Amino acid sequence: MLSTQVAQLQQSIPAGLADADAVVAGFDDALVGGFARVGDEAAAALAALAGAVAGTPLHDRVAEAVAKVTAGSFSQEDLASLAGARSALLGAAHDALLGQFDAAVGRERTPWSAPVGVPAEASAPRGAARAWLHETAVAGWRGVDHDLLSAVGAPVEAALAEPGLRRLAVLLDGLAAELRASLPVAMMSQVPARRWADLWSRAVLLAQDWSVPDDEVETISGRLLPLGVDIHEHGTAVGVQVHGVLEPSDGRPARLVRTTVTAAKVETITGPAVWRLLQAHPVLLAALAQRRAVTVTDLPLRGGDLRWIDGQARPGEPADPFATARLLLAPAVAAATAPLDRHPTVIAEPVLLEGYTVRHDDGLTVEWDGQQLPVAVDRLPAAGPLTPALVAASSCCLGLLRFDGGRWLVQPLAVRATVKRKPVEAHNGDWAEGVTDPKVAKAEAKAGDAVAVLRERAGRLLRR
Amino acid sequence: MTDADGTAWRGRSVLAVVPPARPRKLAKVPFVELADGRLQGVVSSGSDIERVYVSSVAAGTHAYHCSTNNNRPCGGLRGAPCKHLEALAEEAVLQYGVDRVARYLRVDAGDGVGSGSDLLARMDTRHEPTPAAVVFSRFLRHLAYLELPDSTTALPELHWFPATGAAR
Repeated sequence: MLSTQVAQLQQSIPAGLADADAVVAGFDDALVGGFARVGDEAAAALAALAGAVAGTPLHDRVAEAVAKVTAGSFSQEDLASLAGARSALLGAAHDALLGQFDAAVGRERTPWSAPVGVPAEASAPRGAARAWLHETAVAGWRGVDHDLLSAVGAPVEAALAEPGLRRLAVLLDGLAAELRASLPVAMMSQVPARRWADLWSRAVLLAQDWSVPDDEVETISGRLLPLGVDIHEHGTAVGVQVHGVLEPSDGRPARLVRTTVTAAKVETITGPAVWRLLQAHPVLLAALAQRRAVTVTDLPLRGGDLRWIDGQARPGEPADPFATARLLLAPAVAAATAPLDRHPTVIAEPVLLEGYTVRHDDGLTVEWDGQQLPVAVDRLPAAGPLTPALVAASSCCLGLLRFDGGRWLVQPLAVRATVKRKPVEAHNGDWAEGVTDPKVAKAEAKAGDAVAVLRERAGRLLRR
Repeated sequence: MTDADGTAWRGRSVLAVVPPARPRKLAKVPFVELADGRLQGVVSSGSDIERVYVSSVAAGTHAYHCSTNNNRPCGGLRGAPCKHLEALAEEAVLQYGVDRVARYLRVDAGDGVGSGSDLLARMDTRHEPTPAAVVFSRFLRHLAYLELPDSTTALPELHWFPATGAAR
């Protein structure tokens, strides 16, 4: 990505973005106080939400839901309508922002064509989740208490037991842990209103009895060249999402794809130890740690999401991710995001940044002549070798472009830097097969093997 | 890291509301949590590998209890918190930091409070038996996470939960 492209991106803020943001912020504030008693300000915010979707097929349902919530007597369906309207606004913001990005860098993107899903049979865990989300909306974030948080245990446990509901389970568990750690919310000087409303709305949508057919996706074979890995983690989940360029074996144009593997974990397993939970995917881990290409056969592809099946992957020749980015990123064709998943936060576009300097003050900022791009420093994981110091010393970076808090940021996945006059290269996935930095490895060894200790305890105490 | 200034918190989708737990050795105290209005956890017995103690301190009232998972009271409770409770408090401070534990338990931790035993000393504690079953079943559920199968479904919601920690 060139500095002129960064300039174009930052100058072309989509029309209507600020208005959509203000409507969403109003709804989010209303959810802080809860819907048990809707005051004048919250009523106006809800009316604005209905107004924002006027002229769309959502309008009638949302207007009705707003009237009922304002009157104080509402159902789970009404909340789903509100969550749907909020998600539609943020989905539109996503589309506009991504459109600006594609225009700025010249990225080609295929439109969404896979099915979006069909109504599914009623499921008890989903029903329990909806009931909890309803109670939460009534209480508002300021009204959340220990009892309400204890009540989320049952739906989370039930959803975890069903592989098809893993998304809902992981989301609810992450939200509940944050609320638990924030009690009493009334004592917080500021509530993360946008974030929690995002998570709540997502959960409401995922808790609807709706399913996406698994069998109607294309499969693809070819050579996958990893660009980098984005690591996600909360107390009870870890996920790694590998971004790469897939060269189909049938000679079609190269595609920009992502593949994700996740594992359940506990809070005390963190840092480099999380890689040990993903050992069921040895080919993927080897490709990351050894910076290799992978040959994949008949993997399901839905949009840009390649479903990983380790047994259908073979490690290939060494492949330098920076070379992949330089040669293949520009011509590779990206895919649209599934409609219901669209939100500015899921924008994670691989970019290669070069020839910059890094300014180090209140955070880190990548700078060219007159152009600046802040670095998402708190997205540097303890599970990999990248540190703020290394990013500050870098001159070349493979990263993901993100949008949050009204601005674009870059999340580094790999850097080339000069440290003590020597060239250094570091990638997020370098430790996928074990820590390679002796200092960090020593600290890890000292802390002991958390996974092993807990597995021993589990073996002894579970199933008695 | 993210600072707690108002507008940034209200308007951002991604921020570290909960700092990640700090790594600690798990052999002695495999499980610590701040939940259900208590600091609670499980302490491995020093003498019997099959036995664990369930210890807890309630937020606000500072009522404490320690027993085996079969509800047999801990022999170390003689009018004061036993060594299991001390260990629980120490490990909680390692895992969450002293401020978060003090805030949750509603302890006025002034200057000079750095360890779990300092915190216990600041509390007006009293003994009050509570059933071990609730905490023990939470521990078993905690362990059960490690038995769940992996998933290869895309989880777009995880974009709200970036792994962090290199900035510490």
